[in-house]
Formats: sequence, C-alpha cells, structure tokens
Amino acid sequence: MASINLTQLRRHFGAVKAVDDISLAVDDGQFVALLGPSGCGKTTTLRMIAGLELPDAGTIQIGAKQVTALPPRDRDIAMVFQDYALYPHMTVAENVGYPLKVRGTASSEIRQRVQDVAKQLQIGHLLERRPAQLSGGQQQRVALARAVIHKAQVTLYDEPLSNLDTKLRLEARAFLKHLQREVGVTSIYVTHDQAEAMALADVIVVMNEGKILQVGSPKSIFQTPQNTFVAGFIGSPPMNLLECTIDGSVLRFTDGSRLPWQHALPTTARGTVTFGIRPEHVTIRPIDEPGTLPATLYVTQMLGGESLVVTHVGEQLVSVRLFTDEVPELPTRIGLAFDPARVFFYGADGNRLT
Amino acid sequence: MQRRTTLSRPMSLAFISPAFLLVALFLIYPFFSIFSMSFTNQALTGAAARNPQYVGLDNYANLFDVDTWMTRGEFGSSLWITTQFVFGSALIGQAGLGMLIALLFFRRRDLVRHVVYTLAIVAWITPDVVIGFAWFAFLDPTQGTLNNILSIFGVPAQDWLLQYPLLSVIVFNTWRGTAFSMLLFTSALNSISPSYLETSQVIGASRWQQFRDILFPMLQTTIATDLILITLWTFNTFTPYLLTGGGPSYQTELMSIYTYRIGLQRFEFGRGSAVAVTVMLINLLLASIYLFISRTRKTR
Repeated sequence: MASINLTQLRRHFGAVKAVDDISLAVDDGQFVALLGPSGCGKTTTLRMIAGLELPDAGTIQIGAKQVTALPPRDRDIAMVFQDYALYPHMTVAENVGYPLKVRGTASSEIRQRVQDVAKQLQIGHLLERRPAQLSGGQQQRVALARAVIHKAQVTLYDEPLSNLDTKLRLEARAFLKHLQREVGVTSIYVTHDQAEAMALADVIVVMNEGKILQVGSPKSIFQTPQNTFVAGFIGSPPMNLLECTIDGSVLRFTDGSRLPWQHALPTTARGTVTFGIRPEHVTIRPIDEPGTLPATLYVTQMLGGESLVVTHVGEQLVSVRLFTDEVPELPTRIGLAFDPARVFFYGADGNRLT
Repeated sequence: MQRRTTLSRPMSLAFISPAFLLVALFLIYPFFSIFSMSFTNQALTGAAARNPQYVGLDNYANLFDVDTWMTRGEFGSSLWITTQFVFGSALIGQAGLGMLIALLFFRRRDLVRHVVYTLAIVAWITPDVVIGFAWFAFLDPTQGTLNNILSIFGVPAQDWLLQYPLLSVIVFNTWRGTAFSMLLFTSALNSISPSYLETSQVIGASRWQQFRDILFPMLQTTIATDLILITLWTFNTFTPYLLTGGGPSYQTELMSIYTYRIGLQRFEFGRGSAVAVTVMLINLLLASIYLFISRTRKTR
C-alpha cells in the first residue's frame, strides 16, 4: 500500500492539453475517483500513473519511490480496463493466476492463491471456464480477481463498470466498494458517471479540460461545489444556475423579475453573478406570495419516489425536486422559494464567491 | 426472415452459365484429360504421338522407381529440392521474416517502418519478369551489385547462381514474398485490443512473455492460415526458373519446373501428366489441411 503524489503533471497531444499541470496527493488506502466528461484528461492521468503514457513534464511518486519514467512493471500497480482484457485463450484460473506466473511463482502456490481470491470474489465455480463463456458481470469479477491477486500497492480502474447494464452496474458498484474496504488498497478510479463516483469514492477529483477543478469528499463536492462546472456536473439533476444582477438587496434576473434578498451576500458579490441552488432546496409557492421568484410551469416528471418539476424563469430552466410520489397539480404560474442557507453565488469567472 | 431472390432459378442459371462454361472448358476438361493422359504414353513426337498406348500405372511407377528417383533431374530429387525450397523460403524465410518485421514495427508509425513496408510491398507486386531480370543483374558474377557491395568488405566475387544455386533462389523467394506474411501478421496484430498488451505490461510480463503468452496464442490461427497459403504458393511457384532455368544440373529444379521440362520441353505428355496429377494430389492434401484449420477456427 502506498500514497500517490502527482506534481505539476502535464501531457499535451499536439494542441490538445489533455493534462495541464495538475497536482494531486492521494493518501495511503484511499479510494479516489477521477471524475469528468469525456476528454477531460482523467484517463490520460490514470495512464500516466500506470506508466502506459509518459508525461511531458511533472513527476509521479508512488510511496517513497519516484516512478515518473519507470515502465509499468516497476511501479507495483494493478489495473482494470473497461473491456476487462481477459485473455480469451486462457481459462479463468489461468487469467487470474497470470500475474503470479509472470513473476515465476511456483504453480502450487499459484493454484492456492487463485483459489483464495476466487473464493473472495465468488467466482470459484467458474475457474475452468473461458472468458467467452462468462456473463459481463462475471468477466468483471475475474478482471478484479486478476487485479487483486498480486497485492499491488495501487489499483487503477479505467471505467470498469461502464460495459455493464444498469442493474449489474449497481451490483458491481456495491461489490467493488465492499472489496475495496476489505483489501484496503490505494485505488484510483476513472469514471464519467458522477453517481458512481459519489457512491464509491472517499475523495472525488473533478476534472475538466485537463485541469483539476475541485478535490474533496463526495459530501463536500456535492454540498459546496466551488465553481459552476462542478455545480452543473454533480447531482441528478445538477444544480440550477441562474444569471442575475445584484442591485442593493434585490436580485434582478434576466427576464426582469426581481427577488428581494434579505440575507447575507458574499462580500465580493457585485454586478452580474450566477445564482446557484440545488433542485431539492427549492420549494413551490403560490405566485403572489412575497419573497418568491415568479416562474412558469414547463413540465412535471414522476420519478418513482420523487417528482421533478421543471419551470421557466425567462429563458432559464429551474428544476424543483419534490419528495412525493404524487405528481402535484400545479397552476401555470407559480412562485419559487429558495432556502437561503443553500444558495451559492458564483462570479463571472465561474468560481464561488464567499 | 425469408430470403427473397431477385432472380428466378432458371434466370440465374442462365446468367451463371457463361462463367460455368469457361470454367468447364479451361479447368474441368483439362483436369480429366490430363488425368486420363497420365495412363498413356502420349507424346508430341515419335511413334507414341501417332498412336498413343494405354500403359496403366507405368508412368507413376516410373516416377517412384526407388532405384533412380533420387537421381538429379528425377522426380524424387525434384520433390526433395522443392521441400527444402518451401521450408527455407516460405516457412522460415517469408513467415519468419514477416513475423519479425510485423513485431518489430508493431504500433510504430515512423519513417523506418514506412520505408521497410514500402520496399517489401514493391518486391511483392512487381511483375515476375522484371524481378527475374533485376535479380539476375544483382547476382551477376562479374558486374553484379551484390559482388560490388561485398567487395567493399573484401569478400571475393562469387558466381552465386553457380556456387549456391538453391540458397540463391531461397533468398530470392524470401525477398519476393515476405510482404504477404508481413501484412497478414500486421493486420492480425493490429486487431488485438491494446488493453491486452497494456494489461500484461502492468502485470509485468517481459517482451518474450508477452509474445509467448498473449500475442502468439492470439495469432495462432492467422499463422496457420499463412503457413498453409504460402506453402501452397511456394510449392507451385515457377519464378526461380527465370533465374536459374532449374539448373545448374537440375539443382534448383522445383516441381513446377520439373513438370514443365517433362511435359513441355521433352513433350512426354503421358509422363508429364502423371507428374501433374501427383503435384495436384499434394496440393489437394495441403489445401484440405488449410480447409480443416479454417473450419475448426470458425466452429471455435
């Protein structure tokens, strides 16, 4: 087990700044998710940690060891790929035991450790099969077994669940988290699925355009997004972001409507800012209630245990999440009330104002 | 879903008949005529030309006559030369070198690769006659390029085609046909998902382990296909005739050249047909191995 330190890591592909001078410290035993849209640099970062890609600049340290220029095999890591990369000509047992075979472990010991790991991952009954005879979920477990068998210091995951269907993915997610708790190995997990990152990780690293935008626990990332990108990426649906102008103690929105704001404003908030509030912190009131923002009903969606009401404020959409399994009957014009403690203000550069 | 045919059955037969007619005329008819001729003493000149006699299996018995057949210029000797030629130039030369080049330039996109691939493909697609002449000039004992190059290193001039005839044609044919194996292996390698090799890199497999445990098993059926195809082609190739004419003293007389000499230079049609039929049977055997392999590949 080991910590990981990335310092000023850079990788450009021509004009594309895939990874642009990022620094990151991962503690021993932590489960870290690199989260971002496709092309944000998360996979390139992972591949540089693995040694499959060499950085243009910067350093990578695993434990006490500088590994920046070392080949993958000298980094003591394991990796799980999106397509699992199980060797089709080997049985499950041979696949799982291959890391040990490469190291020249005695075949009796390989057999024993394969048995142990297979039991732990509940694939003991599959050992004599070939990968082609396994379901997607089973293949995924075999790939995990191969990754944990040689007790590497760090395990890297490159979107390992995205080839599974929704139901299997939820199962695998729970299983993976349980496994990581049990094995306790430092893990870096690349995903574009924010729900997956929230569910699995101790620490989420949100990336976009080769930069790290925010690092924090799932809770802090969700509750206090530091910029509009993170705010608009995390949550389902994500945070409502409305442009408005501060005019004394009144917020003026783009459609001309005014919202009196008696609560404290960030000291640096001036002029045009972005007003952010999560859908679950908005409530629906009658249109004529003072202290509410007038909005037009657009559509209501029934989502099982909850409902989503989407409204218009001028051109901008505002979602409201209601924890009810009854779709409410609403008039066309409604008032929106915001929980002032949950409102965030972001400046013109997208960063949170405090 | 039911298959719908655009054409009625008689109509499609009508369309296919010209092709069938040509195949029958130039492939099926000669096949049977050669087969029946191989049991006669038919020739272009002499008494047998006017009045060919049925001689039973005499022609075949002649080919496999244990007392003489390994004599230079006889059937057995030619078969042995052909075997060495196939082994040296196809199996070791073309397949081996092709695999080496494919592995060497795997996932590389640089100028060296570009040059090597272009040269190999040019050697492969240039017409036989041009190639034959070029190599004749290359190996020429007095003015040849090869001797000129070697003289720089102090190697005395050799008459390659006279002193090392079989080796010369083996090297020639390796050079000539490596591109096919090279391209086949290259495309097979490229179709292997990168994550397979990356996984093995992370696991810590050495280059040799990567080849032995991952690439080779995944290339197996491609290699088998390649070996059978180039064996067939090399077995039947006639191009070395342009370099050596089968000589000196039959030392490079491959099966194809032997057949040509008996049937079309000495005009012993009966005996030549027997050779042709034997060669055909050998080819049939090789081809059925190929079909067997490709079928097991499909059912796997």
